[in-house]
Amino acid sequence: MSDFEVKRKDTEDVSVVYLKGYLDAHTAHEFEKALQELVDENRVRIVVNLAELSYISSAGLGVFMGFIEDVRKKKGDIKLAEPTDRVFRVLDLLGFPALYEIFKQEAEAIEKYRSS
Amino acid sequence: MVKSTKSYRLKIPSQKDNLEVIRNFVSGVAKKVGFGEEDVNKIELAVDEACTNVIEHAYQEDESQDIDIAIKIDYQKFTVVVTDRGKSFKMEEVELPDMKAYLAELRVGGLGIYLMKQLMDEVDYQSRPDGKNEVRMVKYFLKKEKRSKK
Repeated sequence: MSDFEVKRKDTEDVSVVYLKGYLDAHTAHEFEKALQELVDENRVRIVVNLAELSYISSAGLGVFMGFIEDVRKKKGDIKLAEPTDRVFRVLDLLGFPALYEIFKQEAEAIEKYRSS
Repeated sequence: MVKSTKSYRLKIPSQKDNLEVIRNFVSGVAKKVGFGEEDVNKIELAVDEACTNVIEHAYQEDESQDIDIAIKIDYQKFTVVVTDRGKSFKMEEVELPDMKAYLAELRVGGLGIYLMKQLMDEVDYQSRPDGKNEVRMVKYFLKKEKRSKK
């Protein structure tokens, strides 16, 4: 049993990954698997929606960092959307806003891909 | 706030699926003694990071081992001590003085200790002669500025 869920929605060239619950060292591999599948399918315009993510530890943050280089090499990106205050505070503590684009709304993140 | 010294303890198998139980234990005590939500979240994350390090590095995923989490509360501070009997490490060797450079290099992992130090007022680690390793983390009830004004 783990209090964590990953869902995915593909719309045209952008894929949105929805994270729900607690992302820690126990659940990080599920998120890793989802990103790996996207990269394998060459779907590298990725938005990770954090609206329902209650918690993140460094194990979860490590997953973002583990994929970003690969994804950008393939001319894609990982953009983050709708983090709760709690999750944003952790992202901020590690300087994520300097490395990842973080949007208040999922639609804005998708739009950024469409306009670029 | 509580005035007298109180202790809470949890001894738990070194398994990643126990991180949730550990977090609930620590945040439950932190809430009970009067910390606000933001501080409760910080303590919870710092202890998760310490225990994740024990599970992955000290015990190297050996689930037959135990982690010991002891909380002590006195009138001015909340102290958590995470103890293991696994492999020790040198904390100074994994320190990350420049987070920007670290992120720029896109290095994976090793963020836990940096986070623990950001989240708590004091963090220290010692490898004891009896073979136990101890991470001690402190959160004061009053912010530093208020404490030093006395």
